Amino acid sequence: MKNSNHLRISLSENAERMGAVGVTLLALAGCAAPARPNAPASPPDAITTPGDPSRGRDVVMGRDGNCLLCHAIPETGARFMGDLGPPLAGAGARLSAAQLRMRLIDPQRSNPDTIMPAYARIDGLTRVGKAWRGKPILGAQQIEDVVAYLGTLR
Amino acid sequence: MNANFSTFARAALYVVAGLGCLGNSPSATSASPMSNALPKSGSTYASAEIRALQADDASNPGMLWVADGQALWNEVAGSQAKSCAQCHVVAATSMKGVATRYPQIDKHATVPTLINLEGRVNFCRIRHQAAPTLAYESPALLALTAYVTHQSRGLVRRLTIDDESRAYLQRGAALYQQRMGQMNLACTHCHDQNAGKTLLAEKISEGHPNGYPIYRLEWQGVGSLHRRFRSCFAGVRAEPFAPGSDEYLALELYLALRAVGLAVETPAVRR
Repeated sequence: MKNSNHLRISLSENAERMGAVGVTLLALAGCAAPARPNAPASPPDAITTPGDPSRGRDVVMGRDGNCLLCHAIPETGARFMGDLGPPLAGAGARLSAAQLRMRLIDPQRSNPDTIMPAYARIDGLTRVGKAWRGKPILGAQQIEDVVAYLGTLR
Repeated sequence: MNANFSTFARAALYVVAGLGCLGNSPSATSASPMSNALPKSGSTYASAEIRALQADDASNPGMLWVADGQALWNEVAGSQAKSCAQCHVVAATSMKGVATRYPQIDKHATVPTLINLEGRVNFCRIRHQAAPTLAYESPALLALTAYVTHQSRGLVRRLTIDDESRAYLQRGAALYQQRMGQMNLACTHCHDQNAGKTLLAEKISEGHPNGYPIYRLEWQGVGSLHRRFRSCFAGVRAEPFAPGSDEYLALELYLALRAVGLAVETPAVRR
């Protein structure tokens, strides 16, 4: 299927970016990524543990994800929530983890006109500011954590 | 008033349609800014408190910049020791309606160039006052442009597109439709498709320029439209263009087209 192909491509690109094809795959299999000199303990594009809903909730509510700018999630109890995107109450009941992940990594694949950014994308973009160039909005682990959190919204 | 609005809106539609015929930006026609309704000023989306602040000159902080501009208007500058007032006399009459027609092509330049009011002030300084230009976003340029634009408060914005400005307009329209930055969003995504909706706690406006220079509480100062562009670019995590650049001027011209028929509100107030 087109979608699963895309996911595989995106994972192998991740690995390429890290300069070691095996690292991400090892990490996916649950092994710890080998430490590199001067590398942060958990590089943004490595997956070190299965998606964790409580970390995902922090990403959703914090500045990294900024999801509440556009989406309402009543469970968060946040004072301000936007309405540019659909409310996410019940998202975990409506969509599978795979579907949620697709919507996060590259929503324009399924809807070219969507205003939802592609959280894992780093190419095919225009005039990305210096501070953000070559970086995805969220790291791979963060995306897994957000998927896990959204899955709890039922 | 209504007749005026619809005439202008129709004129604007024609210009947009013309853009499509010339054709290097197909998306510019599919998202015609005038397709749904008459333009709505950003004040429409501001809170009652902010609107009240703007409406009362005694509490509108932007009026401090207007007052500074009035002082500068009467001050001599440059080796000619001339003031604005020596040529233009009373701004309330000589400058009335002037700001409604910018940006425009500077016909006095050897190569016709698009300029905004900031550019006009600086050309006046070079050509008539023999004074150094004022830096973009400097207090003096903000004050002078706020003062001059304020003389058009309540007057309806208009726009003439000629052969020289058409290419700028196309460029501006294309920029407006261009997805940019890490967020990969174009101006149109917020300001055409989602105006009136809520981004966290803020209502998204249609992105009209009729209140600039504008007082923003987040700046606690007056800023130009190009400063606001910078904020929008930062919002979508895109590399900004320079204030006064051709790109921003082209975008300003396209915004002027979208805002035809709106009354000038300078100095407007926003959060």
